[in-house]
Amino acid sequence: LSLIPGGLDCSISFVSHVLGKVCIHGRQKEILGVLVPCLTELTKSDCIWQRICWRLVECVPERWMEAVVLGFVQRAPGADVLSRLLGNLVVKNKKAQFVVTQKVLLLQYGHPTAVLQNLLGYLSLDSLRRALLLRVLQELLETWGSSSAVKHSPPEQQLYISKAILICLSHLKEPEIESCRQELLTSMMEGVKCHLDSSLPQLRRLGMVVAESISSKINTEGPVLKFEYEEDDGTRELKSLLVQTPPLCVVPSLPDDDRNEKAGAALPSVPESNKKSQTAAPVMPHEESDAELDSDDDLVPYDMSEDKELKVKAPLYIRDCIEVLTGSEDVDKWEATVKALESLIRRNPAATREVSVELAKILLHLEEKTCIEGFVELRQRAQVAVLTTDPIPVSKYLTSQFYSLNYSLRQRMDILDILVLAAQELSCPKLHGKPKHSDAQKPCIQLLPGSDSSKDWRRIVDERIKSKTRRFATGRCHVEQASSPNQFSSVAGHFFFPLIQHFDRPLTTFDLLGEDHLVLGRLVHTLAVLMYLAVNTVAVTAMGKALLEFVWTLRFHMDSYVRQGLLSCISSLLLSVPAELLLADMTEELLEAQCWLGDVVEKDPDGDCRRLALQNLLLMENLKKKLEAVPS
Amino acid sequence: MALPPPDPQFVLRGTSAAIHTLHFSCGGQEPDIPLLFSGSENGFIHVWNLKTHRVGTALDGHGGKSVYCVETMGGKDRLLSQGRDQRICLWDLAEGRTSVTDSVFTEHVGFCRCSLVKVAQGRWLMATAARGLEEVQVLELPSKTSVCTLKPEVGAKLGMPMCLKLWQLSCGSQPLLLAGYEDGSVVLWNVTMGKALSQLVCHQEPVMSLDFDSEKAKGISGSSEKVLRIWSLNEQQNLQVCKIQELVNAGISHVTIRPDKKIVATAGWDHRIRIFGWKKLKPLAVLDYHTATVQCVSFSDHRAPRDTLLAAGSRDQRISVWAIYTQT
Repeated sequence: LSLIPGGLDCSISFVSHVLGKVCIHGRQKEILGVLVPCLTELTKSDCIWQRICWRLVECVPERWMEAVVLGFVQRAPGADVLSRLLGNLVVKNKKAQFVVTQKVLLLQYGHPTAVLQNLLGYLSLDSLRRALLLRVLQELLETWGSSSAVKHSPPEQQLYISKAILICLSHLKEPEIESCRQELLTSMMEGVKCHLDSSLPQLRRLGMVVAESISSKINTEGPVLKFEYEEDDGTRELKSLLVQTPPLCVVPSLPDDDRNEKAGAALPSVPESNKKSQTAAPVMPHEESDAELDSDDDLVPYDMSEDKELKVKAPLYIRDCIEVLTGSEDVDKWEATVKALESLIRRNPAATREVSVELAKILLHLEEKTCIEGFVELRQRAQVAVLTTDPIPVSKYLTSQFYSLNYSLRQRMDILDILVLAAQELSCPKLHGKPKHSDAQKPCIQLLPGSDSSKDWRRIVDERIKSKTRRFATGRCHVEQASSPNQFSSVAGHFFFPLIQHFDRPLTTFDLLGEDHLVLGRLVHTLAVLMYLAVNTVAVTAMGKALLEFVWTLRFHMDSYVRQGLLSCISSLLLSVPAELLLADMTEELLEAQCWLGDVVEKDPDGDCRRLALQNLLLMENLKKKLEAVPS
Repeated sequence: MALPPPDPQFVLRGTSAAIHTLHFSCGGQEPDIPLLFSGSENGFIHVWNLKTHRVGTALDGHGGKSVYCVETMGGKDRLLSQGRDQRICLWDLAEGRTSVTDSVFTEHVGFCRCSLVKVAQGRWLMATAARGLEEVQVLELPSKTSVCTLKPEVGAKLGMPMCLKLWQLSCGSQPLLLAGYEDGSVVLWNVTMGKALSQLVCHQEPVMSLDFDSEKAKGISGSSEKVLRIWSLNEQQNLQVCKIQELVNAGISHVTIRPDKKIVATAGWDHRIRIFGWKKLKPLAVLDYHTATVQCVSFSDHRAPRDTLLAAGSRDQRISVWAIYTQT
């Protein structure tokens, strides 16, 4: 190509054909690796070369157009380069248009962000193409806002679409935003709703980031939408897409804080100093005239060592605590009680056992009266303490309340959390020290219930799976901790069976199988953990059977969070129930489960589900091998 | 080795309600009995006989609403009381009578205690918070004619007046008023002319109480914070801050300087009474007797200094009476 001088009459179509054929055979990288840099250089300043390039691409036959265009989009170092190379190809050529506006954005999702930047930047650089940009944005928003897409498409695709939306937004100019403000608003509202409905935290966060960005674009003055969520690399990266940086420096900009329009705390207004007033700046005390006799010295001070700061004392007995929590108007005392409660319960197990159910009831309904730091955690720890001190009656109470009327979702999920934490505490050897508190406390409680605690347990299960498979090959590699009797064994059944009993009976305010699928997801995860913790207990086989049946009925649930929970249940099952008993009692069910797992591995849209199913299959394989290895 | 703080000389019980205000009347000659007047939350004013330590009379003039200020007007026969029923009542207590001779309807719904000063024989000036939010009204008693109404300038945002102190340097000179407001500032007013002379921001919280020593032109104020502020009045009638005294626990409900200007007592929300030397505000004693917020402290007006008493009334329905630093 470098041999072609300014010969305008050359027939380019031959070259186009060659290019197309090479690209379609998958050799895009090689040929374009050479071609694109050349062309970039040549077209930088030379119009003629630009036109040659455009002709080149335009002449590529239809059937190879996609490969060529895709290759260019991927290879071009920047949107402006792409613009020079392709010109208005997308406007002139239908196939190119389809590829650029539909296929890359909506049907594929594997391309990196740079490609998206190139593509959308390219669309924005020419006025003819901007109309396409708007259309693209509308279609992206439609997909983003459609509830079925949110429910069924994989999270990676949703991330891709969100990124595309943000980049589009960053390219839009004021008048364009004006013209489509209403549509942006409507699609944002719909989209936010679907996203917040989802049980997966990353989807919720995606929805929130995109909604915030859209809102900040359409409301440049006045309060903008602001959600509370934890910033992490993902969200920061997304937000950085909103700001278009000049092509040379690709430094991601940090999210700007002036989006938060709330003023600082309001201090009492101090009157301005006019000539009549003075502020209370301490004036240097004027020297006392030493002539004044200090007759104060006659007055001898008394002993003031007893003068200390007042502290409100917390009650010392459990029954006093109950009184304070239920009746007292004294907020200082109430605060002191809440803080002291957990240690009191643990130090007085006998006294607690007398009033355990009452205390559990009070704690379940305890609302925050004053602003204590960490109130939710204090309450939870007290509840766990009560539950571990007197497991059977309290677990009976809690599990019955889980299925009762008139509790909020938050309270029901609290019950599940407490059951798990208590089970962990009861089953762990005492040498572990204080039971690990899952980081279920999130500062922004409004929209994100602490579902990250499930990740914690899943991590434990995963680690256990990993360690198990390793152990099979190499034998025990870590030292056993000093053992003590597993206190969970006697009560595991009390924790587990009542929870699993009534899940299919809808109540007026609580329908596990219907809209409250978030709670269902949490319930399933809880059951998985309880199952896991019940290893080596007597009830484990019965629990395993019940759990397997439960999983079977729910296996086709729509919500991917629930499905993940179900798969963790299977993992726990396979890990906890001794292999011989598994094969003895549950052979058929296990075989059916194996088929189902295979199905999930292949067809489930959610990546985590597939991974979990694969792990389960591996576990099953290991079990089989282990049993075959042992001569029966 | 410092001595432990003294115990109260005696404790008066029997009001069956929180005590909000105290006033001594012990200046009379023998055979006059020294008296202590106390106003309580149940609307009663108890007249305590300090010899027998019993209630002599109980006056009910405020319809069950809390009495938060009692003052005598030239002797124990004429009493002024202010209550939450928005009224100030004037009592005639001579010869065993217990009747309300007159009343002023102030329409004030806050807790600001009125302040009295005698300007001439039989004539008094009384400053009280009035109906308007930031206003202070000065009336002449017993004629009840209004002398002036002190209104801060528009936009000053001082809030309600919380405490008042009227005084005049000597008979015939212009009466001045110090008012502490809800926003924490203290304003010096000239009553005759009706305008403010100086304003000082003393606290971030409302000024709960203040007292002023006109001889030394020094005043002290307390609020719900952990500090006491001492300020002074210079020749140009301007207020300046002199000193800040840190306290152990926050909250002061009342401050009072002893008539001989030697010590000052504060009533605290932490149930304790604190005594400081007035000269340099040296902490002298912490009297810890009460089990609830101390609402008021008052020094007696005995002629003989060694008989001087300090009384403190608290929400725990007791009045503790102390004899402290009486030697000088």
